[in-house]
Amino acid sequence: MVMIFGKPLPLLFGQLLLGIINGSFYAMLSMGLAIIFGLLRIINFAHGAMFMVGAFVTWALLTYLHIGYWGALICAPVIVGIFGIALERLFIRRIYKLDILYGLLLTFGIAQVLQGLATNYFGVSGVSYDPPASLARVVNLGFMYLPVYRGFVVIAAILICFCTWFVIEKTRLGALLRAATENPSLVQAFGVNVPRLIALTFGGGVALAALAGVLAAPLYSVNPDMGSDLIDTVFAVVVIGGMGSIGGAVLTGFGLGVIEGFTDVFYPPGSAVVVFVVMAIVLLARPAGLFGKTA
Amino acid sequence: MLGFSRTQSVALAVLVLVVIAAPFLLYPIVVMQVMCYAIFAMGTNLLMGSVGLLSLGQAAYFGLGGYVAGYLVQSVGLTPELGIIAGGAAGALLGTGFGWLAIRRQDIYFAMVTLALAQIVYFAAVQATGFTGGENGIQGIARGDLFGHLPLKSDHAMYVVVAVIFLAGVVFVHRIVNSPFGQVVKAVRDNEPRMISLGYRTDAYKGMIFVLAALFAGVAGATKAMVMGIVTLSDVGATTSGLVVLMVLLGGIGTIFGPIVGAAIVVAMQYYLAPFGAWVIVIQGAIFMVCVLVFRRGIIGEVAFRLRTPL
Amino acid sequence: MTITRRATIGTALAATTAVAWPGFKARAAGKKSLTIGVCSDFSGVYSDIGGKTSVACVQQAIEDFGASAKGYDIKVIQGDHQNKPDVGAGLARQWFDNGVDMLIDVPNSAVGLAIANVAVAKNKTYINSNSATSLLTGKKCNADTIHWTYDTYMLSHSTGGAMVASGGKTWFFITANYAFGQLLRDQTAAVVRAAGGKVLGDAAYPFPQTTDFSSFLLQAQSSGAQVLGLANAGKDTVNSIKQAHQFGITQSGMKIAGLLIYINDVHGMGLEIAQGLVLTESFYWNLNDRTRAFTKRVLPKTPNNYPSMAQAGCYSGTLHFLKAVDVIGVPAASDGAQVVTQMKKMPTDDDAFGKCYIREDGRFMCPSFLFRVKKPGESSIPWDYYNLLHTTPAEQTFAPLATEGCPLVKA
Repeated sequence: MVMIFGKPLPLLFGQLLLGIINGSFYAMLSMGLAIIFGLLRIINFAHGAMFMVGAFVTWALLTYLHIGYWGALICAPVIVGIFGIALERLFIRRIYKLDILYGLLLTFGIAQVLQGLATNYFGVSGVSYDPPASLARVVNLGFMYLPVYRGFVVIAAILICFCTWFVIEKTRLGALLRAATENPSLVQAFGVNVPRLIALTFGGGVALAALAGVLAAPLYSVNPDMGSDLIDTVFAVVVIGGMGSIGGAVLTGFGLGVIEGFTDVFYPPGSAVVVFVVMAIVLLARPAGLFGKTA
Repeated sequence: MLGFSRTQSVALAVLVLVVIAAPFLLYPIVVMQVMCYAIFAMGTNLLMGSVGLLSLGQAAYFGLGGYVAGYLVQSVGLTPELGIIAGGAAGALLGTGFGWLAIRRQDIYFAMVTLALAQIVYFAAVQATGFTGGENGIQGIARGDLFGHLPLKSDHAMYVVVAVIFLAGVVFVHRIVNSPFGQVVKAVRDNEPRMISLGYRTDAYKGMIFVLAALFAGVAGATKAMVMGIVTLSDVGATTSGLVVLMVLLGGIGTIFGPIVGAAIVVAMQYYLAPFGAWVIVIQGAIFMVCVLVFRRGIIGEVAFRLRTPL
Repeated sequence: MTITRRATIGTALAATTAVAWPGFKARAAGKKSLTIGVCSDFSGVYSDIGGKTSVACVQQAIEDFGASAKGYDIKVIQGDHQNKPDVGAGLARQWFDNGVDMLIDVPNSAVGLAIANVAVAKNKTYINSNSATSLLTGKKCNADTIHWTYDTYMLSHSTGGAMVASGGKTWFFITANYAFGQLLRDQTAAVVRAAGGKVLGDAAYPFPQTTDFSSFLLQAQSSGAQVLGLANAGKDTVNSIKQAHQFGITQSGMKIAGLLIYINDVHGMGLEIAQGLVLTESFYWNLNDRTRAFTKRVLPKTPNNYPSMAQAGCYSGTLHFLKAVDVIGVPAASDGAQVVTQMKKMPTDDDAFGKCYIREDGRFMCPSFLFRVKKPGESSIPWDYYNLLHTTPAEQTFAPLATEGCPLVKA
């Protein structure tokens, strides 16, 4: 067997691949967080809960309306996005003028309510969701068996990240968004309805989280804690990448997934904590994060 | 009285009466838990109220205090009061190190650094099974004899010990806040650049408050370990960090008595609503939202505002 | 501070309404009343193997005992320990302080051990039917605790021994990293080594938050071991076996040894995936006429979940507790040591386990059965899942007395 650093090559490749799969979720979630933070200056602690809700909506669509996986890929983000807009209109808009920490506390409360409700209805261990039949196969890559669905998740995540980046950096809508981030009153003066733009941005951000939730549903068991287990790591990703930097969030997301994967090979108990060690170091050395613009 | 204003003295007297009467009316274990969490929340409130820093990782010091006390009492055979002192010292020591790292950052970055550091402590607790018992926790800690002579096995004996620590904590917090040191700290919160230009080393002041908060957390965790006879990963986890912030927010940031009321409500909710399962979490979340949206002064803060007097 | 007072009064009210069960005072009034607390996992990974079905089994025991005909008034309360030792210990303490006479069930060994500490401190009867750890009758045994149904010694020697005997010499473990998983892994590893086998590796995962086992399965696969030993339980086992299929573990010839698999887990996986698994239980509903009769009686209370061995143990344990209390009288029921002494004195006899007895270290002594899970075509009626391979008598099922360091046993 071929060995690298004293580890069998198949194991190394296998963990790398798993790292990229996990990284896909980090990237998708932290991208939404970064978009929301960029425009709203809100640390959306409820982002993990939106991911969880997305997964449960996927399950509910199949169970109650017989809408399968491919339909859910469209419907679930739309439903959760509308829900997000409602949340923004009802609650979040009331605290824009306050200290940034209140936004964090408010969204933390929202996350708890959603998670508690899900636990009440589905129990802690939740429900299971099967991958679509066309992706339920396994391929032998030589060094490992790869469930096709996991490969699909990576490709889908890269596509989603690219499209989002494209919309924000290369389209008129994106230009408007970036302008509103820089100077909301000036954009307002140009006749743009900034409050509506903000609500749509929040809705779009949480729709991305829900989309990640749809992708995650067949992979992990759909349970109320699936978001909160992930959210701390995702925060670390955003902070490391630099608050509000979309490209930074995506790159850091995949990068940290890979680092976690390798840690799993060389020191398995460390894989859960390596992200936080990196975050502590980065914050102390480069307070604005790796890709952050402001010092 | 001890530098308390008249209203505060009345409130303190009522508090003492409640502490004396409570074990006869309520389940003593719950009241002891309330007092432990109140100590924890008072320390956290120093940080949130006096210097305006939101820490999302206070459970690290709370849990460490519990583990150190539990380990020393169970495996080394220390007496409970030494265990509690050691737990507090351990919390303060960790707070010194982490505080040194964290206070150089502001706002959201401060919150995130404390969160990251606390996560590292959590995972260390998972791994250090020889010390923490890992997922099992340190179980069956016997309360032992106070000073080696007074057995604490009965809940009422233990209650007296917890009550003394708790009331001492209340007086101590009040003394700190109203000391010249406390005044400087407040000034740092309100206008840091100005204090720097006046020649104050503001980071040192913030650091000292951070250490004090960690000390309170450590003592609280250690005392709770003695009361319940068990320390587990829940004590060092992120949920506990969130809970203590909720207590402070609900009771009233920057008040003396707010964290106590916050702790009482949150603990009572957890204990007596437990049969209703996850509804506790839903209610907690809703309280968070209400506090932030319409009730930012908190319960005691609101009362103090109406009475136009600090409480 | 008015609000503080109001909150305190509110707490007092909540205490009397939410926690309304008869304490000692009610008993002094002359009725033969008892309170049994079922402490279990009602919503988590172990909810299918404990939870509501355990409560149903306790209630069945009260019925079969003929409680109302004999003039008893028996309350059953339930509480969710959420798989947290501190929650479980706090709940037990609160129950015992408020007049609960006996606490039963308790899946999760970490919680099970924590409650044993409380039970002995409060001198209350504690029947653990659902934790696996053999420490309950070993170093951590006490005069108030009886361990029913099964333990890690039985699982490691029966299932582990059978796998080794059929040629599985090299093992890789995936372990739930807490009291139960660690002990089950260590004891099975000892069995493997004693038979001349080797342990090639071990991946201990954080419990209970792990749902994705792919990384551990990859490690297992690259170790080249012949047997994948799963030192976990409940939904974790179901998830690891399902994912092992996804990653081609079984296709590549590695055998899976599920060291603790309940019939509910087999049901959850489906026979397509579970077929051929070898496992050990001390109760199976379709074993003989008496087990079928018991199952028929209890099923209306738990229609979608057949009783597992641990749940049947709740039935058997409660029934025996009631018989013992009937002998020593209700006033003595709150003295745990006295009740347990009486329970050890009398042999047990019930439909679920037949004639058994309780050893002086608190071990319930019953035979164990090695089963193989049927192929989909072989199963004719609902939940008909097992073929019996081998029966081990009680004395060989459990560790010999006085070898596990129980302080109750005089050498």
